[in-house]
Amino acid sequence: MIFEDEPVPGYPLPILPGHTSPGRLERVLRTAAFAVTTELAPPDSADPADVLKRARIFDGYVDAINATDGSGANCHMSSLAVCALLTRVGYAPVMQISCRDKNRIAIQGDILGGAAMGVCNMLCLTGDGVQAGDHPQAKPVFDLDAMSLLNIARTLRDEHHFQSGRKITYAPRVLLGAAENPNALPVEHRALRLAKKVEAGAQFIQTQYCYDMPLLRTFMRAVEDLGVLDKVSILIGVGPLRSAKAAEWMRTNVPGIHIPDAVIARMAGATNQATEGRNLCVDLVQEIKTIKGVSGVHVMAYRQEESVAEVIDRSGVLAGRPPWHPDRDQQTPADRKAS
Amino acid sequence: MYAVRLWSVRHARGLSRFYTWFEQLLVWKTPLYRWLGYSRIERPTAAVERVVKGFLFDCRMCGQCVLSSTGMSCPMNCPKQLRNGPCGGVRANGNCEVKPEMRCVWVEGFRGAERIPGGLEKIRVVQPAVDRRLEGSSAWLRVVREKTETTP
Repeated sequence: MIFEDEPVPGYPLPILPGHTSPGRLERVLRTAAFAVTTELAPPDSADPADVLKRARIFDGYVDAINATDGSGANCHMSSLAVCALLTRVGYAPVMQISCRDKNRIAIQGDILGGAAMGVCNMLCLTGDGVQAGDHPQAKPVFDLDAMSLLNIARTLRDEHHFQSGRKITYAPRVLLGAAENPNALPVEHRALRLAKKVEAGAQFIQTQYCYDMPLLRTFMRAVEDLGVLDKVSILIGVGPLRSAKAAEWMRTNVPGIHIPDAVIARMAGATNQATEGRNLCVDLVQEIKTIKGVSGVHVMAYRQEESVAEVIDRSGVLAGRPPWHPDRDQQTPADRKAS
Repeated sequence: MYAVRLWSVRHARGLSRFYTWFEQLLVWKTPLYRWLGYSRIERPTAAVERVVKGFLFDCRMCGQCVLSSTGMSCPMNCPKQLRNGPCGGVRANGNCEVKPEMRCVWVEGFRGAERIPGGLEKIRVVQPAVDRRLEGSSAWLRVVREKTETTP
């Protein structure tokens, strides 16, 4: 959407009353528009062009881009650096902070540094164990957990001091997020865990992949019953499956991913499985939009990033609303009025 | 010991009740500790605590025990040392993502919390980040001091 007070790309928006960040994502979430976020896989390279190239793929279809922080415990360019590159252009990145690799001293420094570089959204994560990645010989840190990290980040923002109590002079103006997995055990207590994260400071939630709609509906009802829906924006994780075989592999080998048999059967029955994966994703996005309490979707399409635009376009969830991208405001004032 | 740890969660209700009584006993003996001096009894108490809680819960002596808020399942046994609930990687059989042969500490913790009256309310309380300086010290004495020295 185009705001009245659009800044020069790379500069923050004014902070509206009641908002905690000068970011686009918070504005979109608070207007109750259906938000779309996605995930950028940071490159195994030191070339900034590799980051910008990967961001451009999503132009016009997403409100914010998550920069993963060593996802799957694999080594890549840091989330902070990717976000800093993206904010220079004007994108709205979500900086992911994992507790696996840094202690509280480094993390608090990164929160200040990220905010100074124009990052308006931070996702507080526990992080995968080091055994899952390409450096299983590394020392897992886990000085904090996602919950205590949220707490510390909120303290920095709202009470202007480090965990030690030492004051900071300018607080990081950020929107704080957290993750949740509605599919993992103990399933019946996952909503309570989400509520706990909201209590600790989470303002938005991005979930793990959700392929099981009845289970998601039950989860969302439980969240509603806990009375936290008006305090948090929930973005449901989706993604196109590449094939029935890939789906089968994912659910057996990636902990925390649950794909119902019916989904696998639908994939296996299709002549072009990759196309069917995207069709399925479109269906999921459309169904998710009808679930009460959902604020949007978080599309994770690792190694098939180009499918995000197609899925979002075909699902029609943006309803003609153009999210910001570097070329959007190059139009004439007349075009601008028309949109 | 792993088997005893699982037993403790199954008997979370009884152990929680016992601990409430035990804590009262500890607090009641405060004048004795004061007379002996906390610094003098710290090491022997921590040693006893290590043995007892080590046997029952595989206690890691973090020094800031939260067992009664975690369904009597010690969160420091989680490979990620999560003190606020499970991560998103719990396996479909309820085992740990990092150690596939071990039950998820938090799946067990929620089972335990369901058995303790008010356990699910307690598990919802956000636990602050661990103070790593307290590692190896007696959580029992810490509780006693907090209870007797903060309340006038």
